[in-house]
Amino acid sequence: MTAQSTAEVLKKPNLGQVLRDTKFVFWREMLLPLRDPFSLIFSLIQPLVFLGLFGPLLGAAVGAPAFGGQSTLQWFLPGVVVMIALFGTSMTGSNLQYELMTGSYERILATPLSRSSLMIGRALKEWAPLVVQGLLIALVCIPFGFVFYPLHVLAGLVILGIFGIGLGALSYALALVSQNKEWIFWGVQQTLLFPLMILSGIMLPIEAGPDWMKTASLFNPLTYLVNAERELFAGSIGTDTLLGLLAASVTAAVGLVVGIRAINRNLS
Amino acid sequence: MIHTDKLTKTFTVKKETVEAVKGVNIDVAPGELVAFLGPNGAGKSTTLRMLTTLLRPTSGSATVAGVDVLADPAGVRARIGYIGQGNGGGHSFRVIDELVMQGRFYGMNSTDAAARAQELLKSLDLADLAKRTVIKLSGGQRRRMDVALGLMHSPRLLFLDEPSTGMDPQNRANLWEHIMRMRAEHGTTIVLTTHYMDEADLMSERVIVIDHGEIIADDTAARLKANLAGDLLAVEVAADAASGVRGLLGRAAAGGEVNENAYDGVVRFRLRLTEGARLAPALLKEMHDAGAPAQSLELKPPTLDDVFLELTGRNLREGADR
Repeated sequence: MTAQSTAEVLKKPNLGQVLRDTKFVFWREMLLPLRDPFSLIFSLIQPLVFLGLFGPLLGAAVGAPAFGGQSTLQWFLPGVVVMIALFGTSMTGSNLQYELMTGSYERILATPLSRSSLMIGRALKEWAPLVVQGLLIALVCIPFGFVFYPLHVLAGLVILGIFGIGLGALSYALALVSQNKEWIFWGVQQTLLFPLMILSGIMLPIEAGPDWMKTASLFNPLTYLVNAERELFAGSIGTDTLLGLLAASVTAAVGLVVGIRAINRNLS
Repeated sequence: MIHTDKLTKTFTVKKETVEAVKGVNIDVAPGELVAFLGPNGAGKSTTLRMLTTLLRPTSGSATVAGVDVLADPAGVRARIGYIGQGNGGGHSFRVIDELVMQGRFYGMNSTDAAARAQELLKSLDLADLAKRTVIKLSGGQRRRMDVALGLMHSPRLLFLDEPSTGMDPQNRANLWEHIMRMRAEHGTTIVLTTHYMDEADLMSERVIVIDHGEIIADDTAARLKANLAGDLLAVEVAADAASGVRGLLGRAAAGGEVNENAYDGVVRFRLRLTEGARLAPALLKEMHDAGAPAQSLELKPPTLDDVFLELTGRNLREGADR
């Protein structure tokens, strides 16, 4: 009861402060890859491996008709970009785990930074390399028949960023809940990630699957995200893009609510 | 600087309610140096965490640096510094980067933050390590970095949770030297927790003894010792003369216990003597006059451990015996 009345009198930080705090949290996290750029170089190789080794097999095994008239590359590349975003932002909590074990998370909690900025800043750090990665793989693929629409791709990356804030916040909450039991974090993250990924048609077209899979994919926010990215990467903006933006926004809102609750629960 | 009213924290562990802090009232004036002393699990850190808004009180209220911890926790955090039990620096970060970002978190601009970081690195003997990653620092260096992090924004009120736990004596002395210098220069109010009685004794002017979530004593270390413990006096007299001074020593102990051990033809009496150093010479003369001259004498000033023993019947080092 006391906790309830407490929550009501809590001063809400204003948006300007959240943005400023987010900038600092993001910047602190970015210092890690910037001070050690090798990690960035390696992160560029992974998507190229997927495109180079999985792409050709995909085209040969599934056959062009399943891709709705697009080239295999045009269909598969946005999926790879979503996949990188998925892997990256769902790891937000894993970096937090180290800081939970030492005192550095507590030290940062004791600063005036707003709680939501802690999550958003960290999630955006996992998303930021994606901008470089996405643009680079798009450029690399041009000689192989990929048609590059820079503004559409940029819009796609922004939608992924919004989605990433939500997934990052959920990952953050998961790390807090599984504090002192690190294996739970990995167990849950891995167990959820792969079914969500497969059921969204990132790797293989869901249209080729049985009906129950198609139905299940309708309840997966990732499906709408992938469809939006495919539409955008193909150079058009339509219903899929709007649905994707909506799915990303809902994920962000849910993620932040869950995340802030997890932080506050940790404090009581 | 700090005012609490019936500040309480209860935890539910496996459906059992544990009262970690039971309605404590604390007042700390600006510039004071206060130590919360008590065994592990006594509620010191829980109290500190409520005052720093890292833990929400179950009931009661607290005003810290003029701000209510429940109504405006971020406002409290902006006005205080906190050095926790763990190491504050992120393992993979560079020392200088963490310090500058800490300053930015508190709203300092980048020029000020960089200048302040350099100043602290210098005064905490970390200047050569600015570009080192935190994980490569030694334990003592990390602790000094924690102090630097806590001082980046020059808080007027600083909380330290078990600041010197696990440090070797040299590093402990070093750490305290820095904290004391800062206090002398800026008049910072300092509140710390410790379970090292000698630390509370030497470093703080005021000791708040906490046990089982309650404040059981609150005074200067000197007064606590004088009022609650007194000096420990041990005298030895020849066994055949012992009966002559029993009454005398009993009166000197003023109602306190007098222990006796007989061995090798002597009897060793042990008793608590308030202001022992002042009274002992006269007592020796009285013993001499009574025909039982002291063959040896030992006078030990009391420690805060003696105070704790007197208050709780337990030794501070034995822990909270829960």
